[in-house]
Amino acid sequence: MKNFAELFTQLDQTTKTLKKVAALVDFFERANDEDRLWAIAILSHRRPKRTVKTSLMRVWAAELAGVPLWLFEESYHVVGDLAETIALVLPPPTTRHDASLSDWIAVIKSLEKQEDALKKEVVVKAWEGMAYPERFVFNKLITGGFRVGVSQKLMMRALAQFEGQEENSIAHRLMGNWTPDNTTYEELIRSENPLDDVSRPYPFYLAYALESEPATLGDPANWQVERKWDGIRGQVIVREGNLFVWSRGEELVTDKFPEYHHLADLLPDGTVIDGEILPYKAGQPLTFNVLQTRIGRKNVTKKILESAPVVLMCYDLLELEGEDLRTRPLQQRRKLLEKVVKENPSEVLLLSEVIQFSEWEQTAEERANSRQHLSEGLMIKKLDSSYRSGRKKGDWWKWKIDPLTIDAVMIYAQQGHGRRANLYTDYTFAVWNDEELVPFTKAYSGLTDKEFNKITAWVRKNTKERFGPVRSVKPELVFEIAFEGINASSRHKSGVALRFPRMLRWRTDKKIEEANTLADLKSMLELYG
Amino acid sequence: MKHKSSTDLLQFTPKGIWCPPADVYIDPWRPVKKAMITHGHADHSRYGHRSYLASTTAGPAIKYRLGDINLQTINFGEKINVNGVQFSFHPAGHILGSAQIRVEHKGEVWVASGDYKLEDDGLAEAFEPVKCHTFITESTFGLPVYDWQPQEAVFADINDWWRKNAAEGKVSFITGYSLGKAQRILQGLDSSIGKIYTHGAVENINEVMRLQGIPLPDTIRVTGDISSKDYPTNLVLAPPSALNSAWMKKFKPISIAIASGWMTLRGARRRKAVERGFVLSDHVDWKDLNKAIEATEASRVIVTHGYTSIYTKYLLELGLDAEAAQTEFTGESIDEDDTPSDEKDTTL
Ligand SMILES: [Zn+2]
Ligand SMILES: [Zn+2]
Repeated sequence: MKNFAELFTQLDQTTKTLKKVAALVDFFERANDEDRLWAIAILSHRRPKRTVKTSLMRVWAAELAGVPLWLFEESYHVVGDLAETIALVLPPPTTRHDASLSDWIAVIKSLEKQEDALKKEVVVKAWEGMAYPERFVFNKLITGGFRVGVSQKLMMRALAQFEGQEENSIAHRLMGNWTPDNTTYEELIRSENPLDDVSRPYPFYLAYALESEPATLGDPANWQVERKWDGIRGQVIVREGNLFVWSRGEELVTDKFPEYHHLADLLPDGTVIDGEILPYKAGQPLTFNVLQTRIGRKNVTKKILESAPVVLMCYDLLELEGEDLRTRPLQQRRKLLEKVVKENPSEVLLLSEVIQFSEWEQTAEERANSRQHLSEGLMIKKLDSSYRSGRKKGDWWKWKIDPLTIDAVMIYAQQGHGRRANLYTDYTFAVWNDEELVPFTKAYSGLTDKEFNKITAWVRKNTKERFGPVRSVKPELVFEIAFEGINASSRHKSGVALRFPRMLRWRTDKKIEEANTLADLKSMLELYG
Repeated sequence: MKHKSSTDLLQFTPKGIWCPPADVYIDPWRPVKKAMITHGHADHSRYGHRSYLASTTAGPAIKYRLGDINLQTINFGEKINVNGVQFSFHPAGHILGSAQIRVEHKGEVWVASGDYKLEDDGLAEAFEPVKCHTFITESTFGLPVYDWQPQEAVFADINDWWRKNAAEGKVSFITGYSLGKAQRILQGLDSSIGKIYTHGAVENINEVMRLQGIPLPDTIRVTGDISSKDYPTNLVLAPPSALNSAWMKKFKPISIAIASGWMTLRGARRRKAVERGFVLSDHVDWKDLNKAIEATEASRVIVTHGYTSIYTKYLLELGLDAEAAQTEFTGESIDEDDTPSDEKDTTL
């Protein structure tokens, strides 16, 4: 555990990629296979099953620290991370344990069916023999949410370096359904044939945002343009008669989409399609909202299937008859994709339309029409591009539409937590309805730390009332709020709900009288809702 | 926020903490006739008052910062009578000369503590517990997650970091506010590792303190005459406002650190995106805050800056008569420092 906690501390102490990779390689060199496997699992978001309720851990930590539970909870709100809060409030260790990472995971797993009293005994004893970094890591193993300031990509780079393998091959090995319980380090990383797992998806190729005009990309004849659909990016896999649906978040979501289940019999074995899981009805897409509500539900009911059915908007073909097509040019893959979709007709398989154009100006017009198609903008892909892994610059670009914007008045402010503890960063905004300011959204990102500092000082001086952590403030500051979409909502007083609201800029040049009105929001709702 | 009763010996008014029978303000934030100042940090010591009273050792820095003001000084423990009210200054242990101000009238005793800490850092006069009926306290770090290590341990970490950077040929760049924190760091540095360079705002205060007879390690003011090749392996001490400034960009290769109580929180360390965060504060941590309040034997506690509402609730549960007061004190910041803006621009 000390090794792993030390790795964590080192990763936390540097912002330099090279140093992070070096720290990881160093860890891999020192650790045994079991610890290596678990470290890889944790850094690719596979944590052991939760065996202790966090509500109990809070009570035990408060008790050990000798503070009332409410004060612990207040501290947690400020710190923003439960594992860290617990590690900080506990009294200093009384002894030092010497167990390894996988030993501790075994301990945590063994608690699954135990009585709470025994769980408490084990956890408290663990805490008593650990210093701060080990406690933090131990708590994280239980609570999950391990963000150690190192991306999966860096971990894979380090592992590739340590093993002397290609990064792409490591990335592929780490995809899929494995857990440290059903594989070993040898098998996962060093076995000859990593494809024996039939569910294993390919790493997604992600596009960079296009910051300049597309004309900078050169000859239009070398590019393919499609719409960027607003659903969930996914991979549909049919192998050995089984269907697997993966989301971009590397989550297996086959059960969530019964509409796709017949594809197991329809598509030939060894087919992998990259596409968008898109809510779609009567010949057109539905808003992302619809899909979001559907995902939030535990069971997929008949009613949901009727109100929010999905299709797969097919973008790319990654595997055909068991052959990996990723190194072939897009042009070829697209032809094969068209063939697969045509020969295996299904109402859930739609081809993402290729927009015909000869001049870049035409694409700008198409982009401007995006909202009418309920799309987020355009995708621009090089015709000879291979299907790479991760976010790589150069071949694939996303050219999103500009967000909708509205000028609004800040009326409430709340302190952030974690990275932004002690700064007022979460605001509620209002627009005018006659003489009254009606709140319509909250937003907490988009400003610089410097601006948050200034506003925090302003909030302290211009507080009207306090409601717990929230302060109502003098209506004086105007912000330009950007958002991606707008929907009617009966839950909000304003009657609208925004998608991805954030602060575009602080309009220090505007007086509150110049802010927009509820009528302005309503007309946006009519246009785009 | 609210006035408990208009007969309070010290009252929270829009101008500051006011003592009506003496017509004296403590650390006022609007111009007044008579101001008593706990210490020279900008949120406690401001321009525009007609007269100032501060401790003898706090005086020089206050005078240096505020310029030509009407400043009287008083020794710790010495008593002064204003209109039948007895005032005396007692060490607060926060920075050199920082004071708690004891106010006594008709047998009632109040103490306004400004900013304070209990650990004796060897530079500030050690905190002295003063018994009183009502204690006015800060709560900058008034949560149980804040628990300071003894400063020797922190200095050892800082020197290890410096040594490691020196071995890698890097400049060690560390920030702490220029009045107090910077000199405390200075005092803990191991000069055998290399040379210590200072930002102008820090060096100005160093000079003020050296003139007061405070022994500080040798430092070199960063100026344009120094070749940028001279900095690697050495250390640069600067105020927080110098972080990521054009001024800082001239030191490379560089390793950047912040010394502040806020560095306890991983979130704050990540927000500042520096390599190291050393937990070093001139304010009390949780355990010392509670210890200090207990030692005053006060039955009533008024909480000013920091986690005021949370800490007030905690004190109420302990059975104390506690309340939060609204002030314009700001506490320790990792984003801005106490340096007046005209001192900030030091060009190379
Ligand atoms: Zn201070
Ligand atoms: Zn203060």
